[in-house]
Amino acid sequence: MGANYPSFNDTEPLYIQIAQWLEDKIVTGQLGTDEQIPSTTELSQRLRINPATVRKGVTILVDKGLVYKKRGMGMYVAENANKNVRDDRRVKFYDDYIKPLIAEAERLGISPEDIIDMLKGGDGK
Amino acid sequence: MSMMEFKAVCKDYRKKTALSGVSFTVAKGSIYGLLGRNGAGKTTLVNMADNRDFPTSGQVLLDGENIKENDKALRRIYCSGVEELIPTYMSVKEVLASMRFFYKDCDADYATELCKRFGLDPKKKLSQLSTGYRMIAKDIFALASGAEFIFMDEPTLGLDPNHRELLYKVILERFSETEAAFVISTHQIDECAGLFERCLIIKEGQLIANEDSDKLRRSAYVAEGKTVDVEAYIAGKEVLSCESVGSFSTACVKGEPQNVPDSIEISQPSLQQLLIALTGGGE
Repeated sequence: MGANYPSFNDTEPLYIQIAQWLEDKIVTGQLGTDEQIPSTTELSQRLRINPATVRKGVTILVDKGLVYKKRGMGMYVAENANKNVRDDRRVKFYDDYIKPLIAEAERLGISPEDIIDMLKGGDGK
Repeated sequence: MSMMEFKAVCKDYRKKTALSGVSFTVAKGSIYGLLGRNGAGKTTLVNMADNRDFPTSGQVLLDGENIKENDKALRRIYCSGVEELIPTYMSVKEVLASMRFFYKDCDADYATELCKRFGLDPKKKLSQLSTGYRMIAKDIFALASGAEFIFMDEPTLGLDPNHRELLYKVILERFSETEAAFVISTHQIDECAGLFERCLIIKEGQLIANEDSDKLRRSAYVAEGKTVDVEAYIAGKEVLSCESVGSFSTACVKGEPQNVPDSIEISQPSLQQLLIALTGGGE
């Protein structure tokens, strides 16, 4: 999708990708605890995405308790947001990364031992 | 919230039916994408929105009132299009000054600011502008009109990628400030997909979809695999399009994937791919 920074993909709904993008900022510490997240209007203009879609994405973070609202001030990163996102992603790590890795390794005939060797820094040969 | 209503709008020309019974509403506070192939009826529809053309039957209403020869309603609607309706001997500045006679909320300062951002000299006559800049000038007239319902017919025609990006940003800025309804017809679908809250899809004069953009995209899926497997899988399903290359096939299927065999790979189409499938393929 050319009009967006970052480039969002066509696979998942845009609002989910917006939520993930914001969560990335929390995991990497670009958005720290009690730091204000950009407003819907700012995000909409920055990402070239309809404010309704942006709002839907931010709502996911609100529902997960990752951000909190200060009346008339905006949204702020909650205290345990960084830890919570990391915990959440750990749970999904197997499905998101290991499963596709195993599937591709099986297609290519790479043995589990070779994968382990690669993970330890070897070249798997 | 104010809204415009297109009620069973039909348009017959001598040899051709351009629109047959198109009904939908446009509410303030939303951005709509008006999508469809060349000749589908998009421009005809936009022309109905400001009395440039009149329906053969059906009505266009603004807050319940017919807009036909209704200045009070028409002052709240602005349509910009590809056709040259503004005399090209006028300068951008002169056009803006004359717009104020009809559009009382036309914001000349804002227009000047936009000219600066797009690098357009407002003292230039429209005839002196390049194709791209003439389009930008029309886009600026629409954005600065102060109207509550803004129809833009292919606003990116002739614009370079930088200007298109800027235009999308400016539309969203203006939308956030004014809550005006925007109806934007375009062929730059993947670029604009994020802009639209709803999509209106016109095919051969009929409205075939009026749907939340995300929902629309997820209303179909792509199934890929060996032709024999794909053919077996799509049998009895509503197939929008199917194409083969060598012994492989790719089908766009309506609905949600169910009981997918291992031999079939499933993915989501982009809005553009879906639109092509919905409106009759690429050939």
